[in-house]
Amino acid sequence: MAPLDRKLVRDLWRMKGQVVAIALVIAAGVATVVLALGTLHSLQETRDAYYDRYQFANVFAQARRAPEHLARQVAAIPGVAQVETRIVDDIILDIPGLEEPARARILSLPDRVGARLNRVQIRIGRGIDPDHPDEILVHEAFAEAHGLVPGDTITGNINGKARRLRVVGIALSPEFVYVIGPGDLVPDNRRFGLIWMGRGALEAAYDLDGAFNDISLRLTRGAVEAEVIERLDGLLDPFGGVGAYTRHDQISDAFLRSEIEQLNNMARIIPPIFLAVAAFLLNIVVTRLVETEREQIGLFKAFGYSDLAVGWLYLKLVLAIAVLGILLGWAGGAWMGRGMTALYIEYFRFPFLYYLIDPAVFAVAALASLAAAVAGALYAVRRAVRLAPAVAMAPPAPTVYRHTIVERAVPAGMMGPMTRMVWRHIARWPLRSATTIVGVAASVALLVLSLFFIDAIDEMLDAFFFRSQHQDVTVQFADVRQDAVGFEIAHLPGVLAAEQFRAVPARLRHGHLSRRTQISGIEPDAQFSRLFDPNDRPIALPPFGIVLTAKLAERLDAVAGDVLTVEVLEGRRPVRRLPVSLIVQEYVGTAAYMDRSLLNRLMVESAAASGSHITVDPLAQADLMRALKDIPVIQGVTARRAALDTFRSMIDDTMGTMVSFYLLFASLIAVGVVYNSARISLSERGRELASMRVLGFYKGEVIAVLLGEMAILTVLAMPLGCLFGYGLAALLVGLFDSDLYRLPLIVQPSTYGYAVLVIAVAAAATGVAVARRIAGLDLIAVLKTRE
Amino acid sequence: MADAPHDRDDAETEPPRVFATIGLTKIYQPDTVAVHALRGVDLEIFEGEVVVLVGPSGSGKSTLLNILGGLDAPTGGRVFFGESELTAFDNRALTQYRRRHVGFVFQFYNLIPSLTARENVLLVTEIADRPMAAEEALAMVGLEPRMDHFPAELSGGEQQRVAIARAIAKRPEELLCDEPTGALDSETGIAVLEAIETVNRTLGTTAALITHNAAIAAMADRVVKFAGGRIAGVERNAQRRAARTLSW
Repeated sequence: MAPLDRKLVRDLWRMKGQVVAIALVIAAGVATVVLALGTLHSLQETRDAYYDRYQFANVFAQARRAPEHLARQVAAIPGVAQVETRIVDDIILDIPGLEEPARARILSLPDRVGARLNRVQIRIGRGIDPDHPDEILVHEAFAEAHGLVPGDTITGNINGKARRLRVVGIALSPEFVYVIGPGDLVPDNRRFGLIWMGRGALEAAYDLDGAFNDISLRLTRGAVEAEVIERLDGLLDPFGGVGAYTRHDQISDAFLRSEIEQLNNMARIIPPIFLAVAAFLLNIVVTRLVETEREQIGLFKAFGYSDLAVGWLYLKLVLAIAVLGILLGWAGGAWMGRGMTALYIEYFRFPFLYYLIDPAVFAVAALASLAAAVAGALYAVRRAVRLAPAVAMAPPAPTVYRHTIVERAVPAGMMGPMTRMVWRHIARWPLRSATTIVGVAASVALLVLSLFFIDAIDEMLDAFFFRSQHQDVTVQFADVRQDAVGFEIAHLPGVLAAEQFRAVPARLRHGHLSRRTQISGIEPDAQFSRLFDPNDRPIALPPFGIVLTAKLAERLDAVAGDVLTVEVLEGRRPVRRLPVSLIVQEYVGTAAYMDRSLLNRLMVESAAASGSHITVDPLAQADLMRALKDIPVIQGVTARRAALDTFRSMIDDTMGTMVSFYLLFASLIAVGVVYNSARISLSERGRELASMRVLGFYKGEVIAVLLGEMAILTVLAMPLGCLFGYGLAALLVGLFDSDLYRLPLIVQPSTYGYAVLVIAVAAAATGVAVARRIAGLDLIAVLKTRE
Repeated sequence: MADAPHDRDDAETEPPRVFATIGLTKIYQPDTVAVHALRGVDLEIFEGEVVVLVGPSGSGKSTLLNILGGLDAPTGGRVFFGESELTAFDNRALTQYRRRHVGFVFQFYNLIPSLTARENVLLVTEIADRPMAAEEALAMVGLEPRMDHFPAELSGGEQQRVAIARAIAKRPEELLCDEPTGALDSETGIAVLEAIETVNRTLGTTAALITHNAAIAAMADRVVKFAGGRIAGVERNAQRRAARTLSW
């Protein structure tokens, strides 16, 4: 080994604490890239392979009752590769052990031939025998939640008739990777499931012989979706078509895409923070190293080593640290990726999951880290390169200190010499002090950011489940019902109050922009679905026009007073022009609201409802649920409490993991920054601290001088970190903004408090670890040497 | 053992003893080879004395001074400061001893670069029991006009005088100076020695000086010669020469 390399290895060993601290920060950045991009890649690959292999459709449409021969016309639309017609409906199931009726979507499978599109994969059991109309397949998620196995029977209410259904197989489908019930915020596998039944059996049950009510299309490569949709809508229109849509509006795919988007955001925002911090740490460490090794550098050059050889020596040190970080990060990222993927398997139902990280992801993470490391150290390395041997071997000019602004602000008698030492050292190296502050602030910010999610989701839940909704149970009717049904519901056992609503699918147009949504007709004085203005104040439903959620208004570029074209996609499919009467704030979905009687008039129907919100006497809830299971017109029952609990448990699962990763990472930054700053401070001031010990200062007093600086910088970093954290949260709110949901920009004081506390503890613990070295200061050696 | 202080003829007027060492040994064992820095040193130093320690490098004089100053512990033997046994002190007691009783002056001054001359003195007076004012200490070494300068703005001689002011401001019982003029030219070196002399005369502070410079020995009451970790001889100067009359 060349002597310079031997020196490199020994330097690395001597600085091992600092080397590891910096390597860990780099590792955190690399791990985040590998985790996010690796998982993203795995998820994308898995999704694409699954969609392709199981022929997930591109376009979807529902109709009331369309003749089967229409399918041939649909297939003839240019760009359509394959067509599959089905019978689909929402039903309720009576599951033993579940108080309320479970909701299910029932879908037909072609008899005797395999499905062409949206193929199911049978995981356990067998396919449906068309000769046995009671046979069904059940989606794996629902089957697992209830322990259903082939051979079990369940009772379902199909088209108003109670039917005993026999489970013959457990299946998965590319249409339902993310299984979420209509109107739900998160998956609830106990209360919502998917069931497949033979086409013949469903045709008989729904009296749809030779007809269909659901159609899926797979398009050829290069087909223009908009054109296909227009033609398809034209064909389905006479048969009660409610408007075709693409994967973009397909709920399972939309959630999957949103998840991939989030991973992408994570890969873009988080790693640069780590790499910037690592670059800064390398900068201060190498600068100090070059400073302490001036004489050696001079000697090397005097012996005839070239400037470049000396520069390369220090650059190799930097690269060695970066490589250590990269290797740790690769391993950590792959390991965490596995954990994250395991979490995905719980919420995204794939028949297989590729956990293969593209080598390019590893390469990108490594290159970015190397670049950041070299960039960080370049200035210091350049100084080593440029140092003339004669200058290098002369002792450095003494460090010049000055009085600081802080001292002038404090009366002379108030500040002792030790405090002055601390402030003057901070002021002597303003750039390093500033970067230390920024580094610690970054760790606080990262923690604020991760905890902000919990605040935001709490606020979202509070808005959704407590402020705007006040019902205990929502009942959906199988069809549009006259108010009489609502009154009947109101008189069921345990019902305290009931409020009807009408919901219709519609396409809203404003100028060239259009959006498919659902218009909810609610009572003018609705108690159970309250509206809030953008400042979160409750606001009454105007008696005219249409109310848009802020997100929908943004998508349509509409403000209050603008006139929209409203194309209802149900019933007689009226088209009306309506003014926007109000913009309201909601964090979930892109709904529109109207006065129910206005909506009824628009639909040319007498007082009609799609469902009812009710409040229930808790003591009688079980009786009510039993009664609801036996009412044929009911298509779905949603208990608010259960939905809230499901949401909470999902958040606890996913957020818990995420927050602990961030907690670890943020602490790594804080430890890395404080450890390196303190070590360098110790190296620069070892002499004066030892002198203080000689003069009779106790260890604690000397430590106070060393750590006082760290303490001041850390304290100064805290408010800055909170501010950064808020900024990052705002950035993230912008990135998370989607039609599915928005995050409210709310950071609780406790979040700041917790972040500050964690980082303060991490910084203090690191400081104490460095301070232990004070005990090892050689008091005698320091007196024998010139500075 | 060479000349012991007990042998002095004016024993009845002998001032109180500040230090006494008995059979002091010190062995450094950095690797496997043991280095005997002190091989049994018995020495007494009395109040108000100026003692100069001379000898070649590695003869043990710095080791002795460090042990007397509570910076180092001997391998064997005992050290008394007045009636207290330093060798029985723990780390904290030694720190307290340095804080209350000892003033150090070193070859490289060891000032705190981020503190002005006055603040360097204040640093010590703040933790002392009965200190003089920092300004008074600086005046004693002739540095009052420059007391608000940082060390980097002072010459070597001025820095060393600040170090002396810092050492004496707490009114220590003894002043331990290791090569105080080693890094200085003769003119500034003499100014520094004058400062030590002034302190010794006006405050009665016992002073022990290590030097390589034979000329300095003339300002001492006694000169202790070291060789090979032992005291090779003690000489008493009949007349102390004033520092300003020295030259080299």
